[in-house]
Amino acid sequence: MRTVYADNNATTRVAPEVVEAMLPYFSDFYGNPSSMHLFGGQVEKNVIEAREKVAQLINADPSEIIFTSCGTESDSTAIRGTLGSYPEKKHLVTSRVEHPAVLNLCRHLTKNGYRLTELPVDNLGNMSPDDLPEVITDATAIVSIMYANNETGVIFPIEEIGAVVKSRGAVFHSDAVQAVGKIPLDMSKSSLDLLSLSGHKLHAPKGIGALYIRKGTKLTPFILGGHQERGRRAGTENVPYIIGLGKAAELARKHMDDENTRVKALRDRLEREIIKRCSDTRVNGDKNHRLPNTTNISFEFVEGESILLLLSDKGIAASSGSACTSGSLEPSHVLRAMGIPFTFVHGSLRLSLSRYTTDRDIDYIIEHIPPIISRLREISPFGKSS
Amino acid sequence: MWNYTEKLKEHFTNPRNVGVIEEPDGIGEVGSLACGDALKFMFKLDDNNRIKEAKFQTFGCASAIASASALTEMVIGKTPEEAAGITNSDIADYLGGLPEEKMHCSVMGKEALEAAIAQSRGIDLKKQLEGEIVCKCFGITDREIERVVKENQLTTVADVTHYTKAGGGCETCHSRIEEIIAKTRGDILKKPVELQAPQKRPLSNIQRMKLIEETIEREIRPSLRTDGGDIDLLDIEGNKVLVTLRGACTACPSSDFTLKGLVQSKLREFVSDDIEVVVEP
Repeated sequence: MRTVYADNNATTRVAPEVVEAMLPYFSDFYGNPSSMHLFGGQVEKNVIEAREKVAQLINADPSEIIFTSCGTESDSTAIRGTLGSYPEKKHLVTSRVEHPAVLNLCRHLTKNGYRLTELPVDNLGNMSPDDLPEVITDATAIVSIMYANNETGVIFPIEEIGAVVKSRGAVFHSDAVQAVGKIPLDMSKSSLDLLSLSGHKLHAPKGIGALYIRKGTKLTPFILGGHQERGRRAGTENVPYIIGLGKAAELARKHMDDENTRVKALRDRLEREIIKRCSDTRVNGDKNHRLPNTTNISFEFVEGESILLLLSDKGIAASSGSACTSGSLEPSHVLRAMGIPFTFVHGSLRLSLSRYTTDRDIDYIIEHIPPIISRLREISPFGKSS
Repeated sequence: MWNYTEKLKEHFTNPRNVGVIEEPDGIGEVGSLACGDALKFMFKLDDNNRIKEAKFQTFGCASAIASASALTEMVIGKTPEEAAGITNSDIADYLGGLPEEKMHCSVMGKEALEAAIAQSRGIDLKKQLEGEIVCKCFGITDREIERVVKENQLTTVADVTHYTKAGGGCETCHSRIEEIIAKTRGDILKKPVELQAPQKRPLSNIQRMKLIEETIEREIRPSLRTDGGDIDLLDIEGNKVLVTLRGACTACPSSDFTLKGLVQSKLREFVSDDIEVVVEP
């Protein structure tokens, strides 16, 4: 059966070049970079190169990059590390549409004496910096706002928000795991102090992430122990994965134009054709400020899990914000924060493409979605077929 | 990915008896678009008072569709009295089991069956109603929780969430659910053998949500549309009904008045006296 993977915001295929680059570090170059011998030395050199490549992808200095085990660890390090450095500040600011890696941590911290402000979004999923001057005070330790939303792809006005944050002297962090590798980022011109990224969202394997820490930013280490990462993140370096992330960052830079032209055009065609062929649909999220690879479409009167399973029968992988697919009973907190009517939230479908998506893949998805929606609407008591 | 049985997948992919029956002898509707799953179930009797035809329509996930499909197969050939003996776990067993988190799909099947049988006897379950709302997120009452605890021998809050959704949202009702379990289990221990005839159940929360939706649709929307506006139901939290306005209403200076005056009074009239309407911008 033909398979079409359109769930790249969940995770991506590891690029073959990345696998190839990693393999020697299991079998031949297995030294510990800290060791004072040939095995250690040859490895250390390549870890330095990988760090340079990751830094280049976001135009930062290599000394500003530390490697972590995943995006969630990067987020926790950024937030807990900042709080550790400013123990007198007891206020946090984030958004209602953050990934659980940030949102659940911040909510947890409210049980430990912290006050949390969750910024709203409008019905296109956009965030306005207008309310910020009133929200951020001297007591605000950190403002953590995602760069782009994983469900809708909406890109937030990070620099406008940052201008306010910096004028109030708070630390500014962004969970950018969905943005890095998909849109160009330039830390040399940014107001961000901290930025999280994750390997498996940009064709590196799962189990590797990084945190950008602007020079001069105070950050208490999250994991204590050895001197690795200049004392900012202890633990023997995960060398093969660091090499993999370096290679993936190099490839992402090379493919950045393709992502923002060809992939974007594929996404636009997919979205347009589905809406044309199915009635009672809506696109969730601001189409003018979006990642080039993501579309989130709601089909009224049908439920997301059923769509996903029937798509899966056709070899198509996607995701949904419906309650039944979330593991909890609540439908997507992102779509609900946007005020999208329940009747649309349950039938939402996210399709996220990558550099490996082809024209034929898009044709295949366009061919199979309309009959699936019609069929479920025939079963539905609310339905009229599309 | 849910761990569904082959039989469940087969019923989802090829559901039996989808559709409607003209002039059914019994019809029951539970759930709503807002809740994320809904089921309309109906049957027709033959001359010997046996169910000769059963049909359903479902909005919901794979296990909701499969549970309804299974239910129709299970009731055909039975008298309504025999069918009334089918429990939610019978439906789950018929499919080779349901994931714990999906047990509420079988409960929905059971509820629709009961509603249809009641309707065939001229009883409108919607008129009966109530109990104390324990879970405000999903509007589940103490009586509903007591019942699933009793029928399925549940012992934990997580069990109750899997069977009714109660406690699956904000979690503030967990201690209350624990009390109900303790009380109900106590009752069970006092009465070790309890073979209950199917009860005439009061209106469930799901039905209450549906009633809110229907009231908006029938009583409120048409008059807003006359003024070029419209209304969307966003959420129901206990007695709070969150709505938003579209079109002409939003620009209309009296829109607050329109909503408080019209929406709230209609919902109080048709659903319950304690409804509070909240307008989201």
